[in-house]
Amino acid sequence: MRPDPALARDQDLDSPRRDQDLAVPNGGAMAEHKAEMAREPKVRVEGLSVFYGGVQALKSVDLPVHANEILGITGPSGSGKTTLLRMVNRLNDRVRACRHEGRVYLDGREIYDPQEDVILLRRRVGMVFALPTPLPKSIFENVVYAPRIAGMRDRRKLEERAERALRGAILWDEVKDRLDDSALALSGGQQQRLCIARTLAQEPEVVMLDEPCSGLDPISTLKIEQALDSLKATYTIVLVSHNVQQAARATDRTAFLLMGELVEWRPTAEMFTNPRDPRTADFLEGRFG
Amino acid sequence: MKRLNPEVTQRIATVCLWAAAGLALSVLAYIIILVLAKGLPVLTPHFLLASPERMGRAGGIFPTIVGSLALTLVALVVATPLGVGTAVYLTEYTQPGRLAAVIRFGVDCLAGVPSIIFGLFGFIFFVIRLGMGWSVLSGGLTLAVMILPTIIRTAEEAIRAVPGSYREASFSAGATSWQTITRVVLPAALPGVVTGIVLAIGRSIGETAAVIFTAGTALRLPTSLFASSRTMAVHFYILAREGLSMPRAYGTAAVLIILILLINTAANALMVRFRARTQ
Repeated sequence: MRPDPALARDQDLDSPRRDQDLAVPNGGAMAEHKAEMAREPKVRVEGLSVFYGGVQALKSVDLPVHANEILGITGPSGSGKTTLLRMVNRLNDRVRACRHEGRVYLDGREIYDPQEDVILLRRRVGMVFALPTPLPKSIFENVVYAPRIAGMRDRRKLEERAERALRGAILWDEVKDRLDDSALALSGGQQQRLCIARTLAQEPEVVMLDEPCSGLDPISTLKIEQALDSLKATYTIVLVSHNVQQAARATDRTAFLLMGELVEWRPTAEMFTNPRDPRTADFLEGRFG
Repeated sequence: MKRLNPEVTQRIATVCLWAAAGLALSVLAYIIILVLAKGLPVLTPHFLLASPERMGRAGGIFPTIVGSLALTLVALVVATPLGVGTAVYLTEYTQPGRLAAVIRFGVDCLAGVPSIIFGLFGFIFFVIRLGMGWSVLSGGLTLAVMILPTIIRTAEEAIRAVPGSYREASFSAGATSWQTITRVVLPAALPGVVTGIVLAIGRSIGETAAVIFTAGTALRLPTSLFASSRTMAVHFYILAREGLSMPRAYGTAAVLIILILLINTAANALMVRFRARTQ
């Protein structure tokens, strides 16, 4: 996977130092940190700064995402959570005023390397947006959108893929009898699960969800969280949420972003019971945000 | 000065707006009723299906119906891909900047050019320069140039109105720009694009000045793209102007109006069916 082992080793040496600067860990957590650093994270963000014109949205963020975990990213509105996601699937390539420094790695390969294929990257890193984005097509055509554009034509294979994805998003039972109906006729919660199914159907390795429950009622939210938990075995999941309770319920580790700065990132239980940074404590206790 | 009571203002506004809409509609209704009243009496199967005799004083108008349809068809076949392609280029492939602004300004200027100028251009360029002569092809190409701005502008607006979230969803699924345009953006923009095409059909099928110099006035049935052909609008103009037969002029006008209504209705029905399938 790595084009240049020497380069990758250098980066591995670099990262722990930077992590130490970020949050000074105690002895036990230090060992844990080292163990984490030993295997290559699925996604690694390194010194990433992002600017929209003159406005800086991210300030030198370092963050690893490990395979098969659910990483929560939380923080108040405008803290750069969405920007961070959009950098990982290079969706911000389409924003002309956007410029960045630093690196993002997927399986140890720099995704902004000119040699990298952005289309392939986006297939491997799926994204679900804050507001449901069903395409004006049937439910079935929405789910098989990605496999179709990737060239899959066989009707039976497409149907299999659609069923698996819809089951994964806990939507199959609700729509199996009306796959040819318009996706726009579904409720908001169903539309969002359809979007999750559409992302699953592209068989990505990483699934990023940007506030997937922000517009939804508690029952739809619960269904989506259930779906996420069962997906962990297969995918690496990044869940952005400014909803602190959701971050606490659904994630293994949590990263806290504040005004473009990554304040800290630790196992969720630890972070919620014993935040290191006073700003994290303030946010988690609801003093702002 | 004392301000008017808001309720009175409201009432005055209502009356004025009603009057404006009523006046506009009644002019339209008057034109249609007048043309149909004078034209329908001559409308017989023979009138529709026979060739003109004695310069149009007798016989039918079949060749001119074919001529109108052929010219419009040529114009659409040429202008639709060009126009929609330009609109896609302007909206999806250029960043807002000088080049796009220049193209857009050019398109707007083109839209304001009187049709007789297009006729003159078509005569000089297609008929003489390219040696196509007075023909269906020359006329159709001239009409294509004439309706291009309409198609570009309406298609551009329709494409711009497609929510950005559709594009982002498509790109994040690993689609290329081209896949996003053909599979998501254009289908979503299709109703607006078709509206532009219908407007363009209306403009070109009723056009006189631009085609009289380019397609000629031959009364024969056009059998090839290089044959000269008279359109219904030109036939009407010649019949009325040379005093050959006013009833037949009105009959021609009636057929023209009915044809335009039919095309609009068909396009509408098509759109309704398309929308029912996708949304």
